[in-house]
Amino acid sequence: MTAGTPAADLALLLGGLLAFMLAATGIGLMLQARYSRDRSNAVVENLNDRIRSWWIMIVLMGIALIGGHAGATLLFAFCSFAALREVITLQDIRRSDHWAILAAFFAALPAQYYLIYTEWYGMYSILIPVYAFLLIPIIAVLRGDTEGFLMRVAGVQWALMICVYCISHVPALLSLDIPGYEGRNVMLIAFLIIVVQASDVAQYVWGKLLGRTKIAPNVSPSKTLEGLIGGALSAILIGAGLSWITPFAPWQAGALSFVIVMLGFLGGLVMSAIKRDRGVKDWGHLIAGHGGVTDRLDSVIFAAPIFFHLVRYGWSLS
Amino acid sequence: MVTRILPEIVATALVIFSRFITAARAIWLGAAPEARQRVYFANHTSNGDFVLVWAVLPHRLRQVTRPVAASDYWLKSPLRAFIGQQVFRAVLINRIPEERTEDPVTQMAQALDGGDSLILFPEGKRNTGEDLLLPFKSGLYHLARMRPEVDLVPVWIENLNRVMPKGEVIPIPLICTVTFGAALHLAGEESKEVFLGRASAALRALAATTDRPRT
Repeated sequence: MTAGTPAADLALLLGGLLAFMLAATGIGLMLQARYSRDRSNAVVENLNDRIRSWWIMIVLMGIALIGGHAGATLLFAFCSFAALREVITLQDIRRSDHWAILAAFFAALPAQYYLIYTEWYGMYSILIPVYAFLLIPIIAVLRGDTEGFLMRVAGVQWALMICVYCISHVPALLSLDIPGYEGRNVMLIAFLIIVVQASDVAQYVWGKLLGRTKIAPNVSPSKTLEGLIGGALSAILIGAGLSWITPFAPWQAGALSFVIVMLGFLGGLVMSAIKRDRGVKDWGHLIAGHGGVTDRLDSVIFAAPIFFHLVRYGWSLS
Repeated sequence: MVTRILPEIVATALVIFSRFITAARAIWLGAAPEARQRVYFANHTSNGDFVLVWAVLPHRLRQVTRPVAASDYWLKSPLRAFIGQQVFRAVLINRIPEERTEDPVTQMAQALDGGDSLILFPEGKRNTGEDLLLPFKSGLYHLARMRPEVDLVPVWIENLNRVMPKGEVIPIPLICTVTFGAALHLAGEESKEVFLGRASAALRALAATTDRPRT
């Protein structure tokens, strides 16, 4: 199932990513020398912005994976914080929402990640869907402002589910207890993130090369059927090829990759619909070339909880 | 040594904290972040306004940029006095004409003569109402007449009023932007009313460029 020691496998994986990034950087510089000497070709410049940001994300990711349980939990807690900040910013907040939003940022978010860190599955599965769900409207109603109440409360609850609950299921993968896979759980995070991001990149590339048929012209005009099929097939192949870092057989890794890709694609559509409704192109500007943290993670957000539960029911003891 | 290091540490901590809460981003529309002497004049909705403008300036500009602030607020306690005078190096002016020993505009002109840039809130107090801007006080005009060569750069601070509405103590994390427009100068025979109207319109024009939908 696995090649060497956990540390050796992680080193091999990170080495592979490093080689890939060096190749991508080289290609980006070649394209720039050829088509964008004066930095005027928007496509090439955006590609290079994205590659630069990928370096930062991969280095952070590498540090978190080497940092193990605490490192990964902290990294995704910060991602949740940044994403929640972006999603709440786009909502119509009133002064009377102040306490409810404070509770979301400074009580629900740290509590969720603390529970993830202590691996209390029974509690972190319901903290936000049950306790925060009931407490947020209670805190809001105490301020006595009824205007737009349902919309305001639902907005905060939805932001918590998307930005905190869903993202927290990435580090939750570390708490799974899979026989014969001890000490390797960080590789499940690497598998999930690589498949999702490879699918995003491959959909972008296939879409640019062959894209003709628009899938959702009203929601996300850049998404095409050709891009989706090409991207999905590429990501499934990459996922199956990565089965050596997972507890899955190659066909299982491919099937899980298919689920991840489809959820990621549909999640991207959902998040695009919200952006369109709010009249913005990106959630934020934190990552050059990509937009905000939420833009980069929208596919991960929808895939993470389902991937977590599939692995838990299929492979884990607890 | 301590007297110089401590304010620097406090300043850095404040900048990091305000970035953590607001992910503040500068948008340089009409002016570039270059070492020219300037009076940045901004809308005023929150006590954190000055820190936010300061936080998005490059470090080298931050070191030569001082806020113009009210002495009745900043001299109230030893902590505020330390932050106002040591950390921000504020030009403290007295808002109550009867108590004044120094002319505020002269104080600002002296600060400019010392080589520093200024951050000024021409509305004079925090705007908590529905209107985008309150009427400007005349200080900006008098300063423009006294030092006509200095760039007057309009600065629109977006969203900070939602981060910490009046009466709240703990800020909520929301993304803020600080937009810098093209510099103004007093035109030859321009009257006070015309000039202040032009300055106010420049700020409103910047507000219209921010992409958050207004409700």
